[in-house]
Amino acid sequence: MIRVALRGMLRRKLRTVLTAIAIVLGVALITGTYVLTDSIKGAFGGIFTQVYRGTDATVTGKSAFSLSNNGTTTAPPFGQSLLPKIRNLPDVADAVGGVGGNAHLILDGKVVHFGGAPNLGFSVDPKRPALNSLALVEGNWPGTNQIVIDQATGNKKDLKVGQTIGVQANGPTLQMRISGFVHFGGASSLGGATLSGFNLPTAQRLFQRIGKLDQIRAKAKPGVTPAKLADEIRTILPPHTQVRTGQAQAKSDAKDTESFLNFLQDFLLAFGGIALFVGSFVIANSLSITITQRTRELATLRTLGASRRQVRRSIVIEGFAIGTLASILGIAVGLGLGVGLFKLFDLVGFTLPNNGLVLHQRTVIVALVVGILVTVIASLRPAFRATRVPPIAAAREGSELPPGRFAKYRPIGSALLTALGFALVIYGLFAHGLGTKGVLLSMGVGTLLIFIGVSLLAARFARPLAWVLGAPASRFGGAAGALARDNARRNPQRTASTASALMIGLALVTLVAVIAAGITKSFRGAVNDLWVSGYAITAQNNFDPIPIAAGNAAARTPGVQAIANVRGGDAEILNGVHQATAVGPGGAQIFNMTWLDGGNSTVFTRLGAHGAFTDKSFAKSHNLTIGSPLTLTAPTGKSIDVKVIGIFDPPTGGSPFGVVTISDKAWDKIYDTPQNLFSFVRMKGGETDADRAALERQLKAFPNAKVQTKKEFIDNQISGLNAILNVLFVLLALSVIVSLFGIVNTLILTVFERTRELGMLRAIGMTRRQVRRMIRAESVITALMGGVIGIALGLVLGGLLAARIDFIVFALPWKQVIFFAIAAVVVGVVAAIFPARRAAKLNVLEALQYE
Amino acid sequence: MGEQSKGDLAVPANAAVEARGLVRRYGEGETAVEALRGVDLDVRSGELVAVMGPSGSGKSTLMHLLAGLDKPTAGTVQIAGTEITNLDDSKLTRLRREHIGFVFQFFNLLPMLDAEENVILPLSIAGEKPDKAWLDSLLGQMGLTDRRRHRPSELSGGQQQRVAIARSLVTRPTILFADEPTGNLDSKTSGEILELMRASVDAYGQTTVMVTHEARAAAIADRILFLEDGSIVKELRGASQQDVLAVMNSLGT
Repeated sequence: MIRVALRGMLRRKLRTVLTAIAIVLGVALITGTYVLTDSIKGAFGGIFTQVYRGTDATVTGKSAFSLSNNGTTTAPPFGQSLLPKIRNLPDVADAVGGVGGNAHLILDGKVVHFGGAPNLGFSVDPKRPALNSLALVEGNWPGTNQIVIDQATGNKKDLKVGQTIGVQANGPTLQMRISGFVHFGGASSLGGATLSGFNLPTAQRLFQRIGKLDQIRAKAKPGVTPAKLADEIRTILPPHTQVRTGQAQAKSDAKDTESFLNFLQDFLLAFGGIALFVGSFVIANSLSITITQRTRELATLRTLGASRRQVRRSIVIEGFAIGTLASILGIAVGLGLGVGLFKLFDLVGFTLPNNGLVLHQRTVIVALVVGILVTVIASLRPAFRATRVPPIAAAREGSELPPGRFAKYRPIGSALLTALGFALVIYGLFAHGLGTKGVLLSMGVGTLLIFIGVSLLAARFARPLAWVLGAPASRFGGAAGALARDNARRNPQRTASTASALMIGLALVTLVAVIAAGITKSFRGAVNDLWVSGYAITAQNNFDPIPIAAGNAAARTPGVQAIANVRGGDAEILNGVHQATAVGPGGAQIFNMTWLDGGNSTVFTRLGAHGAFTDKSFAKSHNLTIGSPLTLTAPTGKSIDVKVIGIFDPPTGGSPFGVVTISDKAWDKIYDTPQNLFSFVRMKGGETDADRAALERQLKAFPNAKVQTKKEFIDNQISGLNAILNVLFVLLALSVIVSLFGIVNTLILTVFERTRELGMLRAIGMTRRQVRRMIRAESVITALMGGVIGIALGLVLGGLLAARIDFIVFALPWKQVIFFAIAAVVVGVVAAIFPARRAAKLNVLEALQYE
Repeated sequence: MGEQSKGDLAVPANAAVEARGLVRRYGEGETAVEALRGVDLDVRSGELVAVMGPSGSGKSTLMHLLAGLDKPTAGTVQIAGTEITNLDDSKLTRLRREHIGFVFQFFNLLPMLDAEENVILPLSIAGEKPDKAWLDSLLGQMGLTDRRRHRPSELSGGQQQRVAIARSLVTRPTILFADEPTGNLDSKTSGEILELMRASVDAYGQTTVMVTHEARAAAIADRILFLEDGSIVKELRGASQQDVLAVMNSLGT
């Protein structure tokens, strides 16, 4: 029986391959994801290990509380007087102090950057080679006001030793002479990152850390363990500093990257899962169709003494074999996809470090297990269906499968399944206290159930739906079109199953489009509500903080009526870490806020040294009213006591302000090297070319600062969302491609099944063109069915999400919806190409004799 | 259904198949059609019985009921002394493995297996190994010795039916059912296949029930039963082709 199953599979090569593609793609995405993230992790691991090579212990500033992960706040620096004390410790062989951070290289007034990769700068001490991770390739180590740059950047920008280049970090741009080029010690490529090195005093000036250090790295004397060294250093540490072993520091540095990579991994795996889920529909459907076509064969096996169990097992074995082959192929394709994903991220401006592809054993095992399991599970229903083939079918022409025992419960069952799915989604969205995992789990499972339920229900609507969707074909396609419509309706179960695979992909893209449209609409609304007009100044990449000096320079521009610089960072407030912001009195003339409890725009001017305003939900959840006292602690450990003098109601799309906002003056007292998130400027005459030119002239020393009108500001802020959106669409396109193969498969099997009928049609005068048109129209009707149901489902799910999430309003992305519908038609047309050609090529005579 | 008569019947020691009062009705109420209206039948061991009749006479239905492929509306069927009309699917499966062989009009070979694999398929399904000597003799008898490794698509219709006959004989079933075995073959090949069927009865004592509408096929049988409108209307023994034709004409077909 095993032989029968396997040989049969080989005999139906085309079908087997088409079925397997569905699994290959899903497994490839899973493999590709693991390869990508493991490779990046490996590369980062290599980088951090290299950085701390030779370092036994590190001292860093210690934040007063654990910081959130948004990157706008870093640990505070500490006084450099600690360095000689550490050097004098008995077990310290050597120690080096350093500062570092983001340092933008500026060439011809433009920031040098490659994709969204970081621009890193730090101090180097060439006299201590054991603690230096850079190697000089050309020129000399930097002196005062000199810079060394990584060789890759030097080559890409054609830089020369002796040339002058602008560097901007936490202050205005400094002009520096390139003293040489360096190579990062590890073998790892750093992705698109730029590296620059300075001597310590220059770096301290650049990063505004005069007399301060971000980190001390110490090397132990021979025979002293890192742990012992750390213990020894700990005894002399001042407050707000901490010591770690070199290894622990490397791990801690890698933690942020790793948690991001883990997120990326889960995120991509989810799409692999979706593709496999869609693939399981394709497999179940193809196997079901072939079982119908193999009725006589299966019945013959029964008459020869095969039990139901044997028949069932033969189908499952076939599924197992397809799953195994497809998974192995998928792993191979996945390795290629790993490379492709690197390129994809590169393309959307996110160059990743790459140190060669990493294929872990875990990747292979997970990919194999998941691929095989999904295929086998998908083959279960067809396998049970096969057991219903009666032996008598061996002796009869065209006998039909008797309905299963549970057939009569099917409509109610699938309706219940759908209802349960929606109930779970709604529960996940609206129930309290589920936690992120609970919400995601309940929504994920709910959505799966909805898809399964709707696909089962769809069989009942397939006839009327195909009638409606097939109307244009029937009207304009002549006899071929009319036949196509009838064909789409004659096996509603099959049409519905085929369409369902496409439905899933389209439901998800629609859902994503609805959410994106919702976010965009609410954000646009919020900006329009809050900010009358004028110019905004942000970093070139729209989200990095910019030096205060840039805002100050902008304020001196002729014609400026008011400027509001918004600073931001983590703060500890009422025993929790929150995003806090600061703004100057200029806010009164810039922002149009909705104040509660009698507040008005004078709140901005009254903030002073001890005033604060909060947003409505924070005030509500912490029982704050006007006059409530608050203490705000910065990561430096410094704190300030403030009183609430205003409570505002932010629009749906949010505001530039955190939960608590204080005055910029107060902020600068407790935060180290404060920076602006945004600056909003109001100028005489509103938005004019002259105003813009004046602002840009004033900001010449800050090439990383970007002047934008309100409209540009909105577009720029949304552009990040659009980039994410495009990645989502590309990833979801994969499941649409899987469903495309599903349609191809069904059509080929259908053409095969109708060979005699097609021969008859050709014999009575149907042209090849008409045959092709007939198949194509049937394909488009099927695809449109999937499209219509999918888009509708996506809109409903999107509506539910929009109803739940505070900062999203429901918006119908009608342009995308039309595009998706057209895409469904295109999928239908493309899927039909090959089957239609096959059908048209049939030899009339042979087709008629076909048995 | 049909259990009431089970205890009353004395089974002749040499009966391979015994049917009593077989009725098969399709549909219900006004539109009900009776394909069989009470048929009694014994097939003795080693006997070749032909069931003849025009299309719609119920001959296929009779075979389906005798072979346990279909259940009678009323009546009983015993194969090798076992009442089969009330068996569940797994018991029927075992019955087919041990006692029943089939030859079909359209051969029903599995296209992905070669001739020999097709022949031993019933054994493979039952998890048994073929007796090599028996297999060789069977293939020799069927003239397939040099066709063992050929796929069905590489064989002529007659050769395919030989493979099918060998497949039905390989388990030495208590009873072999042949459903229009020559219905899809030309006249010359039909003759060869009929000779083989007769020879297998003579050589191996293979009890066989053959359904056919061809006089020539029926003429090889030891006994011929004529069916009309669901009832046996005539029985002949050792009849020639002319005798058969004469009866058929008299029956108005």
